[in-house]
Amino acid sequence: MMDNGKVLDVDNLTVTYMTEKGPLDVVRSVSLQIAPGEIYGLVGESGSGKTTLARAVVRYLPSNGKITGGTVSLSGTDLSTRSQKEIRGIWGSRMTMVHQDPNAAINPSMMIGEQIAEMTRTHMGLSRKESRERALEMLNKVRMPDPESVARRYAHQLSGGMLQRVLIATAMATNPEFIIMDEPTTALDVTTEAVILDLIHELMDEYNTAILFITHNLGVIARICDRIGVLYAGEIMEEGPIHDVFKARLHPYTRGLLGCVPRVDANKKEISLSAIPGYIPRPDELPEGCIFGPRCELVEAACREARPPVVSVGPDHLSACRRHEILRDRSEKADETREETIGDELGHIVLEARNIKKYFPFSGGLGSIWQRRRSELKAVDDISVRMRSSFTMGIVGESGCGKTTLARCIAGLEEATAGEIELEGQLLDYSVNKRPRAILQKIQMVFQNPDASLNPQHPAGDSVARPLILLRNMDRKQVREKVAELFKAVSLPADYIDRLPHELSGGEKQRVAIARAFAADPALMICDEPISSLDVSVQASLMNLLAELQDKSKTSYLFISHDLAAVRHISDWIAVVYLGRLWEIGSAEDVFIPPYHPYTEALLSAIPIPDPDIRQDRIRLKGSVPSSLNIPPGCRFHTRCPRKVGEICETTEPPWQDMADGHRICCHIPLEELKELQGDGLLKTAGLRGNN
Amino acid sequence: MAASEQKIQKKKITVSPLKKFFRRLRRYPTTFIGISIVIIFLLIAAFGPLIAPYHYSQQDLLQRLQPPSDEHIFGTDQFGRDIFSRILVGSRDVLLIAGSGTALAVFSGLLLGLFSGYIGGLFDEIVMRIMDVILSIPPLLLAMVILFALGPSRLNVVIVVGFLYIPMVARVVRSVVLELKTRQFVEAARLRGETRLYVLYKEILPNVLPHLAVEASMRFSYSIFLVASLGFLGLGVQPPSPDWGLMVGEARTWFYQAQWVLFFPAGAIATLVVGVGFMSDGLRRMLLPGGVTDDG
Ligand code: SF4
Ligand code: SF4
Repeated sequence: MMDNGKVLDVDNLTVTYMTEKGPLDVVRSVSLQIAPGEIYGLVGESGSGKTTLARAVVRYLPSNGKITGGTVSLSGTDLSTRSQKEIRGIWGSRMTMVHQDPNAAINPSMMIGEQIAEMTRTHMGLSRKESRERALEMLNKVRMPDPESVARRYAHQLSGGMLQRVLIATAMATNPEFIIMDEPTTALDVTTEAVILDLIHELMDEYNTAILFITHNLGVIARICDRIGVLYAGEIMEEGPIHDVFKARLHPYTRGLLGCVPRVDANKKEISLSAIPGYIPRPDELPEGCIFGPRCELVEAACREARPPVVSVGPDHLSACRRHEILRDRSEKADETREETIGDELGHIVLEARNIKKYFPFSGGLGSIWQRRRSELKAVDDISVRMRSSFTMGIVGESGCGKTTLARCIAGLEEATAGEIELEGQLLDYSVNKRPRAILQKIQMVFQNPDASLNPQHPAGDSVARPLILLRNMDRKQVREKVAELFKAVSLPADYIDRLPHELSGGEKQRVAIARAFAADPALMICDEPISSLDVSVQASLMNLLAELQDKSKTSYLFISHDLAAVRHISDWIAVVYLGRLWEIGSAEDVFIPPYHPYTEALLSAIPIPDPDIRQDRIRLKGSVPSSLNIPPGCRFHTRCPRKVGEICETTEPPWQDMADGHRICCHIPLEELKELQGDGLLKTAGLRGNN
Repeated sequence: MAASEQKIQKKKITVSPLKKFFRRLRRYPTTFIGISIVIIFLLIAAFGPLIAPYHYSQQDLLQRLQPPSDEHIFGTDQFGRDIFSRILVGSRDVLLIAGSGTALAVFSGLLLGLFSGYIGGLFDEIVMRIMDVILSIPPLLLAMVILFALGPSRLNVVIVVGFLYIPMVARVVRSVVLELKTRQFVEAARLRGETRLYVLYKEILPNVLPHLAVEASMRFSYSIFLVASLGFLGLGVQPPSPDWGLMVGEARTWFYQAQWVLFFPAGAIATLVVGVGFMSDGLRRMLLPGGVTDDG
């Protein structure tokens, strides 16, 4: 094989799994090249084959997987024909990997420094002393605070963000030519993710490593990658330099994916997301011709007959669509606009939660036996919210900020420690077990994990029928009719009523869960991260569904998510939570324009926006969220606040400052000053993303 | 645009469950072997006395300790009884006693585990500590003590086996319940005001059953072993009943002259235990799949 100056050269690669039903080609004829110093972003939804592709590249396939066509070469060395033993020699010294889950990749019983050192000893032949120095150097490189002490710690003593840095340090320690990063930031909070992405970006400027960056998040790719490949059902649909692909979008799938991502500058009343109909086909049920055909709006007879050729549509820019010219003319599909159905008059107050507190007693290991004073974990510490009918309140914050606990307290699944929960003027009991039926009927919940939210042994229809029988006293016939109606409302075909959950996809399960919640005809629906475990295209269709159902039913949503763009899309009002307290609350539009709370500012500037041209302020938070056992005095955010004004933040709790329209911020910095500091804010280049 | 992620319906693959079962069996030969062994022994237990060439207690002192031959394919024992016939007939006792003991343990363990896990609190604490106490005594020792007190009989062996294995079953069930209790479908049930009994019976129990089946089959293999051991020690079924454990126990004396007297009953025990073990392993793989995921 010729050395063409590329570090990684995947040529016409096909990967096959031997299964019960015979061989399945999971990745088909994929070609891609990565140059030194280039970050290549490979984006795909679940089932796209991106993990298989990555594993095939490093020859780490499960025992039933095999490369059945094409070649993979690393700087001219053909990897696809090497024996496992030879690969092991290359692995570690010339190519390495950063995993999604650090806990799976780091040995819990070995000190961090020693792990990195060991890597350099085996693969670079360094001496003990040299390797130890190298480890410290690498920890320094990844901007680890206090590297000397971190080197002597174990995995469980570090936070997720720090572990991810350790993984990067380990991967780079041997100066490899090529690194695979498999969803390295997916498990992290946005603020930490932003920091890690910055780090990768900076390191790449310094080194000449080629990186294959695998993710499902287009925003992440837009932020750090040079090139992008869009993988769909095992084939590359579009590939090219990041700007060209994001701007021209010369494949309907790319266009569809980008249309699914909620925008930070518009909400559900202005636009509805353009979800892609249908599903990714399974490798054993591939359609004839273009594999995207069944879901494509532009499909024509020729598409169904033969697989479209991969054509060059620009310098270095490839598309596997035969109608890409049409796409080029429609420079950007206009977002569908929705008419506003809600008038100006305010609905009645549905929920009024005042000064909710939830403390968990905490016993910290053996020491607590001697300790007299029981410590308390203050998950929610004095939060008040008020919601009107047909209204969506979004609650955002990093993991561990107390947003889910707050929701569970309102639902009664967790008993609040103090505070008042009033529903339509009626004071509620803390515990769901003590609330009367009439109240239960009014509050329902949609949970995060679709796999756990339906009973695996009950047919989907039964799950939806129970609330009807129990809370709405319907007889059998009525129940049957209503279940059918609800399935229709969540756009599930009627024959799904008898299916068991394992026969449904994640998105479908979540639809059943939504139907179940709506079966009670609730006044308030609590959505606890209902979309975060799903693929973007499914997320979009679910958000559209929720918006549609709200129009009809006038139900209020309490929508909890760590995804600011999603919250911005679906909410009328947004509350920002950090360490069990509210810091900013206001209408969705107001919260996204300055002045905003320094914490909100940091969250906003961390959102990965799928637009390589957008210029976000680089506000990064240091460290991680302090433990709720040990809440900092004064302003709880002062340990990480980039705008901290001084002493006063550490000693005095900041006051609430009111603005027009109920927008409130809790900070010592006067509003005018905040506004000045923050300038035009996040959306300064939003004009570039305007419609049409 | 109306959301319609399911416009294209997935083709529903219709394979009859039985066919699917056999297809899976083929992938796990040990499971197949295990199930076959168990079925063969069940048939033997059902029809053993009909096929047995001799009566199990028919003595023939002239034919003492004969090695395997055409007349006596497994040979004869110290009283000249046909070992083959004795093993055939003896399978009844083993399967019946071990089976009833297991059933007793599974049923009581299920109830204790369910309530203990679901109610929690003090009740759970008390039940589980009692279980711990039972578990902390070596099972054979405990069985011996109880049987000394109650006196050896078939029923008493059943009771002892059942009693000994309650804690294991209860623990497994409890841990499954504890995990299921935090699942969101249980929380959804609470949110619509289901009674606790409904939640336990309709939401939790069906999800415990697969685990219970696996545990039961495993307990069954242990029970067979325990019943045989008790027979060996002379605490189980009494002579002249053809109990396998008892046969092994009696054969010790003659081992140097006639190995087959010991070998065949011991082999029968081992085969059955291994067979049930394979079967329970297979059940686990079929009923509690996990780990075998393939991301595309
Ligand atoms: S080739 Fe046809 S079906 Fe495939 S993406 Fe292009 S227009 Fe759609
Ligand atoms: S009060 Fe001080 S520390 Fe807190 S957010 Fe405002 S500036 Fe930052």
